[in-house]
Amino acid sequence: MTIRKPEDVVTPLDFSGMDQELLKTLFLRMVRAREFEEQLYYLFLTTKMPGTMHQATGQEAVAVGVASALNKDDYVTSNHRGHGHCIAKDVSLDLMMAEMFAKRNGACKGMGGSMHLCDFSKGMLGAFGIVGAGIPIATGAALSAQVRGTKQVAVSFFGDGAINEGVFHESLNMASLWKLPVIYVIENNQYALSMPNELVSAVTDYSSRGCSYNVPGERVDGNNVTAVYRAASRAVDRARKGEGPFLLECVTYRMRGHARFEPAEYRNKEEVELWSQYDPIKRFKEAAVEAGVLTEADLTAIEAQVDDEIEAAIAFAQAGEDVGPEDYKQFIYELDTTAKAGLK
Amino acid sequence: MRQLSLADAIREAMVQEMRRDSSVILMGEDVGRFNGAFHVSHGMLDEFGPTRVWDTPISEAGFMGMGIGAALTGLRPIIEFQYADFMFCAMDQIVNEAAKLRLMSGGQASVPLVMRAPQGATGRAAQHSQSVEAYFMHTPGLYLAMPSTPYDAKGLMISAIRSNDPVLILEHKLLYGAASPGGGKALTDQTISDIGSDVPEDAYTIPFGKADIKRAGTDVTIIATLIMVHRALAVAAELEKEGISCEVIDPRTLVPLDEETILESVKKTNRVVIASEDVARGGVGSELTALISRKAFDFLDAPVACVSTDNSPIPFGPAAEQHVVPQISDIRQAVYEVLKD
Repeated sequence: MTIRKPEDVVTPLDFSGMDQELLKTLFLRMVRAREFEEQLYYLFLTTKMPGTMHQATGQEAVAVGVASALNKDDYVTSNHRGHGHCIAKDVSLDLMMAEMFAKRNGACKGMGGSMHLCDFSKGMLGAFGIVGAGIPIATGAALSAQVRGTKQVAVSFFGDGAINEGVFHESLNMASLWKLPVIYVIENNQYALSMPNELVSAVTDYSSRGCSYNVPGERVDGNNVTAVYRAASRAVDRARKGEGPFLLECVTYRMRGHARFEPAEYRNKEEVELWSQYDPIKRFKEAAVEAGVLTEADLTAIEAQVDDEIEAAIAFAQAGEDVGPEDYKQFIYELDTTAKAGLK
Repeated sequence: MRQLSLADAIREAMVQEMRRDSSVILMGEDVGRFNGAFHVSHGMLDEFGPTRVWDTPISEAGFMGMGIGAALTGLRPIIEFQYADFMFCAMDQIVNEAAKLRLMSGGQASVPLVMRAPQGATGRAAQHSQSVEAYFMHTPGLYLAMPSTPYDAKGLMISAIRSNDPVLILEHKLLYGAASPGGGKALTDQTISDIGSDVPEDAYTIPFGKADIKRAGTDVTIIATLIMVHRALAVAAELEKEGISCEVIDPRTLVPLDEETILESVKKTNRVVIASEDVARGGVGSELTALISRKAFDFLDAPVACVSTDNSPIPFGPAAEQHVVPQISDIRQAVYEVLKD
């Protein structure tokens, strides 16, 4: 079944049992992810920001719902569309923005850029620009947690395009075989660049894809942060108890093109307009106010806080030193054998 | 001193490091129940159990990626590829991920893992015979070690396990020794010297980037790796009777490369033969030739001669395999060639 109709997957937000602090955190992280990327879009238009970026506008509830169900020392691998995953794992906006500007004070010292953002101190093991590449790496982090006897879990975020890569299948098999504490999150934004689900996948009910490997799965409304959070929490609890991996499909919609300025003309306008009514941030605000769990003032205060944070991040980044032409030499190998290893 | 086969030397290195450091694990196809396809991991599952020695499914990309994830989070995995040819299934994880993570992360990531892979032509046809070093020599971020003797194998292996960057150790199937499948036959059919088979029992390391002069000489420098070291030594022994003195240099690690030892020898002998089992085009011979022409051109009395595998997949028929892969006679011929004028 192909999902182009929101009504097939949309479920109402459910705030029961969630305290105010959690709700504020969910909203804060979603707004940070949205505004960070909106600001990048603007900066690409108006300044000399190098490189490119892939926006996850409209997909914020997936990153935030899942990452908010994790502990600080749990592991995450991300992909090329990964700003939101980093933000949801509390990577500093300053470091991220400085990385976007290729500054020495960036998260990756200006060596990685948008597609390789990471912060190991936050369990954020990296964004992998090769589709699907982070899947076995998260699986290995889960194996490591199991061998070392910690209670950490690992999450791999990837898109609907990645599940047709071989490593998806290899990883699910091994994770199930060895009951590894890993949660595979399919962020189904319905397009692999230009290709809709049904033109690239023989089976589009992606959460069922684990059945060959005895990995249980669930499809949730990926624009509903409370639904994502609840499903992720169940999967995390299971994994922590040693019950093995889980395949969580979050159905969402990529509101912008594949990459910076790509107009996404392979989609029709009606479809985009329809899905924009299900914007996860808009839905959260309306539902939270209606349910009386947060006030307009609470939400406005958080939005204002994020505006300030982003302004400060841009100032931090612009004050940073540009990457020097030979900075890279210190990062190829740990030891100073680099000279002997072929660098002159 | 005690003598060990190369397979035993590698195993001893792995076992000693696994006893010393509980973060070291071994993963690969048939490394446990079957003791490894070439019996290199013999008995390790019994000693360390299934949480340290992982028999994986046939999923090279998957378990290579898992090795990276484990290496990023506190373990030091040793990944065995059953044949070097199978590494190509895991190329994305090796080349795009393991090799690049340190730089991409601005130095946050360390990937302390070791890849081990047996290579070389041994009658198994095109997909179980390749020599893959050039592909990985070309990939910044990886170290590349190639032990030709048991002594080197143990020391390089321990250095590799203790390295905080990914290391590929390429092992030649014909050098493993009598206990490995095909090893006994190789010892009798081939001229494999017992050089470097005295191996200390205690752990020791061999630094990367330090070539070893396997035989000193004055007339011609032969740079060789893996089994070509043994074939070069056989040539050197023969030619000594003709009054020709060959110096045989084994770089031991191609990355990093000990340029100094190579160039010093070239400056002394003025004549160079490079013997390597990878194919000629874009290979180790070409790379070393370029190095020597850049840095010792004025010292050369003859063009550098490269003895490499023909630019062909390895054919099955024994006569054909023997023809495409460098033999003792090819190295001898190359030495005559550079001494011609």
